[in-house]
Amino acid sequence: MVGHQFIENMLELENSNEFEIMTFSEETRLAYDRVHLSAYFTGSTAADLALTTRDYYRDKGVKFVLGDKVVDIDKSGKTVVTESGQVFPYDKLVMATGSYPFVPPIPGNDKEHCHVYRTIDDLGLIKVSGDDSKVGVVVGGGLLGLEAANALQGIGLKTHVVEFSPRLMAVQLDDGGAKSLRNKIENIGVTVHTGKNTTEIVEGEECRYRMIFADGSHLETDMIVFSAGIRPQDELAKKCEIGLGHRGGIAIGDTCKTSEKNIYAIGECAVWRGQVFGLVAPGYQMAKVVASQISGGDKTFTGADMSTKLKLLGVDVASIGDSIARTDGAKVYSYNDDFAGVYKSLVVSEDGKTLLGAVLVGDAEDYGNLLQLALNDIELPENPQSMILPGIAGGGVSIGVDALPDTAQICSCYDVSKGAISEAVQNGATTMGALKTETKASTGCGGCAVLVKQVMDAELIKLGVEVNNNLCEHFAYSRQELADIVRIKKIHTFSELLETHGQGLGCDVCKPTVGSILATFWNDYVLEDAHVGLQDTNDTFLGNMQKDGTYSVVPRIAGGEITPEKLIVLGEVAKEFGLYTKITGGQRVDLFGARVDELPLIWKKLIDAGFETGHAYGKSVRTVKSCVGNSWCRYGVDDSVGFAIDIEERYKGLRSPHKLKFAVSGCTRECAEAQSKDVGIIATENGWNLYVCGNGGMRPRHADLFAADLDRETLIKYVDRLLMFYCRTADRLQRTSVWLENLEGGLDYLKQVVIDDSLKIANELEAEMQTVIATYQCEWKTTIENPQKVKRFKSFVNSSTEDSNLVYVEERGQHRPATKDERIALLNI
Amino acid sequence: MSNEWVTVCQEEDLVSGSGICVLFGEQQIAIFHESKKGKLYAISNFDPIGEANVLSRGIIGSIGDKTVVASPLYKQHFCLETGACLEDENMCVSTYAVTLQDGEVMLKKH
Repeated sequence: MVGHQFIENMLELENSNEFEIMTFSEETRLAYDRVHLSAYFTGSTAADLALTTRDYYRDKGVKFVLGDKVVDIDKSGKTVVTESGQVFPYDKLVMATGSYPFVPPIPGNDKEHCHVYRTIDDLGLIKVSGDDSKVGVVVGGGLLGLEAANALQGIGLKTHVVEFSPRLMAVQLDDGGAKSLRNKIENIGVTVHTGKNTTEIVEGEECRYRMIFADGSHLETDMIVFSAGIRPQDELAKKCEIGLGHRGGIAIGDTCKTSEKNIYAIGECAVWRGQVFGLVAPGYQMAKVVASQISGGDKTFTGADMSTKLKLLGVDVASIGDSIARTDGAKVYSYNDDFAGVYKSLVVSEDGKTLLGAVLVGDAEDYGNLLQLALNDIELPENPQSMILPGIAGGGVSIGVDALPDTAQICSCYDVSKGAISEAVQNGATTMGALKTETKASTGCGGCAVLVKQVMDAELIKLGVEVNNNLCEHFAYSRQELADIVRIKKIHTFSELLETHGQGLGCDVCKPTVGSILATFWNDYVLEDAHVGLQDTNDTFLGNMQKDGTYSVVPRIAGGEITPEKLIVLGEVAKEFGLYTKITGGQRVDLFGARVDELPLIWKKLIDAGFETGHAYGKSVRTVKSCVGNSWCRYGVDDSVGFAIDIEERYKGLRSPHKLKFAVSGCTRECAEAQSKDVGIIATENGWNLYVCGNGGMRPRHADLFAADLDRETLIKYVDRLLMFYCRTADRLQRTSVWLENLEGGLDYLKQVVIDDSLKIANELEAEMQTVIATYQCEWKTTIENPQKVKRFKSFVNSSTEDSNLVYVEERGQHRPATKDERIALLNI
Repeated sequence: MSNEWVTVCQEEDLVSGSGICVLFGEQQIAIFHESKKGKLYAISNFDPIGEANVLSRGIIGSIGDKTVVASPLYKQHFCLETGACLEDENMCVSTYAVTLQDGEVMLKKH
């Protein structure tokens, strides 16, 4: 990870083209995210964890050698030698060899089902053992150990954690915090054994193995994962006589240089002033330092804050600074609530004026603010205990971001300072989404999101920008507020809403927006007299207007499945009306070049043949793409086509703030590209994984895994809730991806609302979706059955002539609108 | 075409809150019925920016005190009273006088 970050840092340099970069790995994969390894067991694939791709490196001119580790360095000749005997020269060498898991020297630790937890290959082995096991033990109750326990729990094992010291996470948590964490994870079924020194692993009686402890007790298990700490991977450095620390690790100075002039070491393999940093953020800082040093800069490494916030087995845990009060004279405030499973402690200086450290378990919301207090030596309020006591007026932590210096590091994952965020806001990044793109702040662990928003809001106020999310000059409300008004006051027409809550005549912004909101909640026919003037031309004529004013016709082909008979009908209609024909990205057929007066005739034929409208013209549910699934595919594990059709039939006709695209893949090969959709579904051995809020388009976004191994019923329930929550709360023309990025609390919050029903609105959301489903109509069928409505589909109300401005030229056996020059040439003949 | 009122369609051909297109001689004319004020407007149907006959299919509304139509192609606004484009002062469309008499919609050149 750190090695890759270094490469990224080099590529970001202004003079990056002056460097030739080459990277070597013992593994056959390029860098991947080891922090989220356990996600591998909840449906993420190796590709999901990847931090980069071969194509990306090739594109950037980064050379790579995989599966062939460097075994020797010729320091004077400045070359490296790989295992296979290849020799490569270097000018500067950066060692980012990481660490290896420490396996306690216990007799029996080399048995077949004993593993470590570090690489994707390790996970593969754990999975194989897990398939054949009922009980699993993790040795080590630290941060990684609990991650590993999460993985074992995830694959359905009865899970135990065995820890040598008397408490969990001994480095980061005090006794109270550790006890609270222990209670919480025991509640979800993980058994914790502390103060246990394993002396031997022998054959078991009920399970495969028996672990014997020094106190004479024992524990039976089918498999063991060792996660008892890390050791710097310094083997190569040692062999090549590069200076090591007293207890191992490649010794580095403030420039991250080793004892050798042209060799640097960064990340977990390095030891700086006797300290090894086992977190990713300090490694990233070192990467930055070396990139600077190599390119002639003068950045240095000055140590790193080891504060951390994470979710372990579903429990929020945070540790800040001197969390266990090692500082002389330090005093501690603590608060414990066994019922809610919340523990908080503050470590303050002897005079009570500054915060030295803190522990948060069960509720880590205040992490960002407390961290800033500690890092910037900000003077504490008179009663610091009020910051951790619940429900007391004036309680909670609010430090006012104005108190922070511009140099304060807000996002530690990507080292983004308050000054950098303010500057980005000044340069126009005025939404959370834009800020994330611009600065990367809050895109790592996300722990700083609340603080980033506070800095942004403060900067906006300073700039005199009135934070105004009014829809337009006619309504002093945001789209979300208007949706609430329409829904709660049961308003059914635009004119009623304008009368009661707006001014002026409305415009091309508010009319379609309100039209869409009305359609979401009441689902009337969009061409009803009261609604017709609200619709964009695409909705008015139920087709997509093209550059010459003609329309395209897209019938629904649910799941992309179509009979030959229907396909022939499409061909015949296209031929009869001379329509240009193209296959869409959503697995259907687009017929272009229909004049308004032709639309009802075309649709009459299509509807008679059993087609219905595809809503390609609306901000609405478009398609559910699918792969062919297990009915034909050799690799398919479930019926993706069938499920895709069910889903498309369910949500067709739903109008939403922006278009919605779905896909269903029948196995993890993901041929339907579900992870680029608003709603993506992938079959697994145990059900379906649900991905949300992805999209292609201008700024592609990979969808997030929302829930794994769901049955169909639960999945549908979640999608109902999610889509309706989106319809209620998104801004105008906001795709689900941007909506999620701007949602305070992000994916976790969305999961709470949709899965845990934290807002107690799940029933309402489901009922609203049910209304949409129950009132579905094919708008084209309704239209062609109503002569009054068909009347509108004429080029001229007082003539049956056609628009003389339409000129076409032939191309590849079909026709297209003439370009300006072609038109001049043709009309002059 | 002389400067006289010409009947182009009937009242029931109008669409409340939206537009229709008529042929006025050789000219394509968009006629809008703004329902809140109950007023009729007539302008050329040709969008000089998108270069297509589409304005009758745009959404009408107001920007400040001007009553406008937004082109369905690229969303520029044209004032229904003067024909001026709000986004580009070099662009404008022709306007026509329109009236409703005894159920007949009539147009006249300005």
